[in-house]
Amino acid sequence: MHPARSVILFTTASGAGYGMIFLIVLGQLTGLLPLDSTLAFSSFGTAFALIILGLASSTFHLGRPERAWRALTQWRSSWLSREGIFALSTFIPTGLYALLAAFGDGIFGNTMVLLALASLLLCAATVYCTAMIYASLKPVPAWCNHLVPASYLVLALSSGALLLNCILYFHSLNNRITDGITVILLLAGLVTKFLYWQYIAENKGLSSVGTATGLGKMGKVRLLEAAHSEANYLMKEMGFKIARKHSRRLRKITFVCGFILPVFLISVAGLFASTALTNLVITLSILLGTIGVLTERWLFFAEAKHSVSLYYGAEKL
Amino acid sequence: MTCLPSVSPTKKLGLVIDLDICVGCHACAVNCKEWNTGGHSAPLTDLDPYGADPNGVWFNRIHSFEVVDEDNDSKTVHFPKSCLHCDDAPCVTVCPTGASYKREEDGIVLVDADKCIGCKLCSWACAYGAREYDEDVGIMKKCTLCVDRIYNENLPEASRVPACVSTCPVGARSFGDLNDPQSAVSQLVVDRGGFDLMAELDYKPVNKYLPPRPKQNEHSCSSGKPKQLTPIATEKAGLFARWADKVLSL
Ligand code: SF4
Ligand code: SF4
Ligand code: SF4
Repeated sequence: MHPARSVILFTTASGAGYGMIFLIVLGQLTGLLPLDSTLAFSSFGTAFALIILGLASSTFHLGRPERAWRALTQWRSSWLSREGIFALSTFIPTGLYALLAAFGDGIFGNTMVLLALASLLLCAATVYCTAMIYASLKPVPAWCNHLVPASYLVLALSSGALLLNCILYFHSLNNRITDGITVILLLAGLVTKFLYWQYIAENKGLSSVGTATGLGKMGKVRLLEAAHSEANYLMKEMGFKIARKHSRRLRKITFVCGFILPVFLISVAGLFASTALTNLVITLSILLGTIGVLTERWLFFAEAKHSVSLYYGAEKL
Repeated sequence: MTCLPSVSPTKKLGLVIDLDICVGCHACAVNCKEWNTGGHSAPLTDLDPYGADPNGVWFNRIHSFEVVDEDNDSKTVHFPKSCLHCDDAPCVTVCPTGASYKREEDGIVLVDADKCIGCKLCSWACAYGAREYDEDVGIMKKCTLCVDRIYNENLPEASRVPACVSTCPVGARSFGDLNDPQSAVSQLVVDRGGFDLMAELDYKPVNKYLPPRPKQNEHSCSSGKPKQLTPIATEKAGLFARWADKVLSL
């Protein structure tokens, strides 16, 4: 599948934003993080900026962005529609919660508990819906499996944790527990992606050029002549091939930059005497993590093969 | 509404495509383009039509495949492909706007051009590559089963069939109600063992394909061993033939 920049940016940025809000709210709900107004400003500010950036970029690839509101109407059947509705409604409890966290009296009252619970639920639901847009597409076996929602959810948390961790360091609010949680989530991301890549290597769906043409019963089928001389929309949108050539190297980049190096950097960050040096190391963990997650998402699209490629020369998926 | 009709349509209009007859002339694709560029989903935009990289919207495309069996006999099969108007059409249910819909009265799958936002998700959901995006207008387009012909009372009755069906010079495409077991198309499917494309995905396509027939007799060159060109002048050949062979071999 063609890895459109807008969709990569949308899924990674909004995923990190929702993951981050989930973790701050959960942290404050459990008392692990303080109800501190400067922390609220920087963390919710970053998270909302990411979410809004993501949602805005998702409308860039629409042919008729001015009609985007229509996408909120078909929640009964469409995961894309559900995603839009959840994304917008998540702003209400998270926005109110953020306002109370930033300007409130610093007491975690009942209203905040309710808002916190609603925020947790809606953030998770939004990311789940994003993943289900892909996981419900039968023509793409690499997407149509449970490891897709699992990795979207885990990666939203791990990339959100990486960012939140950095903010905690800048506010000197980090401690062993926050470090530990970030490391655990990053390792969970690594394991999920590993399992995902193992799964898609073994499960390529039942379709082949034989079933796509129905001629498989008669013998071995191959494309003799293309239907047209120039690339059409289908070939451009679904026939992306570059990734498969470099996928091994790109997967290594994902593992190393996205998970292993950040885990290493977070583990050693506390060893430096100077705060500046520590903060530098933590910032580096974010830069690497971003490269890792962007590569991961690029691969998620570029590696996925669509059944339409069976009509254009592919023998299997 | 992009939910599928709650009751299964009573009529299921569709095509039956005979892979035995199709000669791969692309006439149906051309006539489809010709009719539909002025029809329900008009225009079928072409970008750079006379330039180096022409690109345009077509609802019907003809691929050609080769099938090689165990005896190494090969067969060329021309394979027209347009929307199959699936009963269980995920292109409809994934649509977030309600632009994609399946008609209750005859099962035809259409796109409402006024509602489509061009998110392209339906083209990802279609396993068969039956949807094409019109970059110029920013919306998705697809085969309409010539909804603007089949009910068109301004046309003579004989012309009220899809453009691709009416134009096929060899009659490889048939149109009718595949929900009616008595219809000519349903009979054809039964008689010839019509099949679904990618049945494993369970889209329940309405359009059916008829398989190429087996070779008729031992003289057709690809049954059994390929026939050799045998020299005329064997011992059994007549005197004249042997003499002619000698002269010509000089
Ligand atoms: S062939 Fe594709 S576009 Fe047509 S109804 Fe089936 S899924 Fe939808
Ligand atoms: S491209 Fe148009 S018809 Fe297709 S899913 Fe999106 S809004 Fe619906
Ligand atoms: S039914 Fe009409 S729109 Fe569909 S392929 Fe045939 S000519 Fe084209």
